[in-house]
Amino acid sequence: MPPLAAFFLKRLLTALPVLFIVLVGSFLLLEAASGDAVDAYIARSGAMDAEQITQLRTEWGLDKGPLYRFGAYISTLAHGDLGWSTAFERPVTSVIAERLPVTLLLMSIATGLAFFLGSLLGVVAGARPGSLRDRILSTGSLALYAVPGFWLGLVLIVVFAVDLRWLPIGGIESIASDKTGLARLGDIAVHLILPVCALAMVYLALYLRLMRDRMAEIWRDPFVKGLEARGLSRRRIVWRHVARNAVLPAITMLGWQSAAMLGGSVVVESVFNIPGFGRLAAEAVARRDTPLLLGVLLCSAITVIIANLLVDLAYGKLDPRVRIGR
Amino acid sequence: MSSFRIGAALLLLLVLMALFAPVIAPGDPLAISGQAMLRPFESEAHLLGTDRLGRDVFAGLVHGTRTTLLVAFFSAAAALIIGSIVGTISGFLGGVTDIVLMRITEAFQTVPGFLLALATISVTGPSVPTLVLAISLGNWTQAARVTRAEVLSLRERDFVAAARTLGMRPFEIAFREILPNAFGPTASLAAISVATAILIEAALSFLGFGDPNRVTWGSMIAEGRTVLRAAPYLSIVPGIALVVTVLSVHLIGRGLSRTERLQP
Repeated sequence: MPPLAAFFLKRLLTALPVLFIVLVGSFLLLEAASGDAVDAYIARSGAMDAEQITQLRTEWGLDKGPLYRFGAYISTLAHGDLGWSTAFERPVTSVIAERLPVTLLLMSIATGLAFFLGSLLGVVAGARPGSLRDRILSTGSLALYAVPGFWLGLVLIVVFAVDLRWLPIGGIESIASDKTGLARLGDIAVHLILPVCALAMVYLALYLRLMRDRMAEIWRDPFVKGLEARGLSRRRIVWRHVARNAVLPAITMLGWQSAAMLGGSVVVESVFNIPGFGRLAAEAVARRDTPLLLGVLLCSAITVIIANLLVDLAYGKLDPRVRIGR
Repeated sequence: MSSFRIGAALLLLLVLMALFAPVIAPGDPLAISGQAMLRPFESEAHLLGTDRLGRDVFAGLVHGTRTTLLVAFFSAAAALIIGSIVGTISGFLGGVTDIVLMRITEAFQTVPGFLLALATISVTGPSVPTLVLAISLGNWTQAARVTRAEVLSLRERDFVAAARTLGMRPFEIAFREILPNAFGPTASLAAISVATAILIEAALSFLGFGDPNRVTWGSMIAEGRTVLRAAPYLSIVPGIALVVTVLSVHLIGRGLSRTERLQP
């Protein structure tokens, strides 16, 4: 097997126990929540007599021990069934499938913006640590890092949607605009500008600092002296050697950042009224829909695991030490 | 002036504001105290104006400091304690325990911290202690990793061998000899933990899942959002308080950490 494939397979195998632990955790939450599946069923089908309720509990195995219930929980999940959403009166899977694409779109654009612009500014700052532009960018990133995304979203709405009227105030596209094709795509893009900015800024600051600090460290490494002695141009040393080495920790961060950004999307989507996956979590809690909440939790864990696997793959391509299987 | 001093001065000011909140702004901050929707500086009695219901914004801001700092401090402390205990056990015992504990840590990292807090609140209901628990649940993993790495390097040192020769039990060695020495790098995570906790608490109360019996900056921002067009300052002012608080914590953290790499 090629080393990269073996490496990937190994990572996949370590992801399985992690997923199992997440399942145990979400099962415990389900047990801790008041009411069980039968209560939820009664709530949506109306009154039932006590005998029927007992019978239903026996039928669904809810009178058995927790281990049995855990087995049943895992087996329904294995069939791709996340349960029934009491708030939406639909299977959880279909609700999530409807909401997830919007959030993934929002997150990938925000991640791209944060990573590229953040690392670029990080290189600008880290090219000359201690210089004026480094101090300006470092201070700016520190300030930006303290700004909560949802509040930034509100400020952006006040400035760009309410005062200047340049951009829409919320939503994912204009209601009943009958736009199709490119016009609709453009409409969605315009709606995404503010939420993407609100979501991305904190991480932009994070990548800027990560890149800048790592570069400042690498400059102290003797190999840079060697490169200077060989007469390489400053520009070449900055980009080909210092920045290139510094980008690896930033790439590692990409995977874990996806988890934090999923959390951030809950509030940002609420601020901008975007019918996405993140807002679904808030709706599930507000409407006491435990199966939906657990479905969201599980799907976000899987999203994060996939994001980390992708990062590992990219890492394998970029870092020769991984490629040769060390 | 160094960034540490600026941060410390700001935080000290905030702590004093929290401690003397009943003196600075007497009375219940949730009570209606005057005409609704007064603009800032319009009335002398309500320096920062009033909200939609006529509650004083300045009083809310001052009392909100209490909730913010209380929740942030305790959940960061809880996160560091849980993390360092897990990290110490994991690094010291090694073997199967290490593998299991590290997989659990990874599982907690995989679920977004904010969603975990949200899910916990949905089971326990919102109050200060449950908020502390909910926030620290998603916040301890980094401390566990850092402590574990530190313990692994300390485990083979001479003083541990000496403790063994003295006949100390493994448990004693782990928690009385190794943990105190491994705590330094973990403590440098304190600033990040506090900042994260502040932001999660604010976001939770913004969504309406904070302690309903207390004023919080997040709930004030949410309150103001309903009249965002007419009175944007109602949302903007408590947000500035949030930014200043988080910034002061970051400034302190940056000043404290000798290894700048741990800081964002």
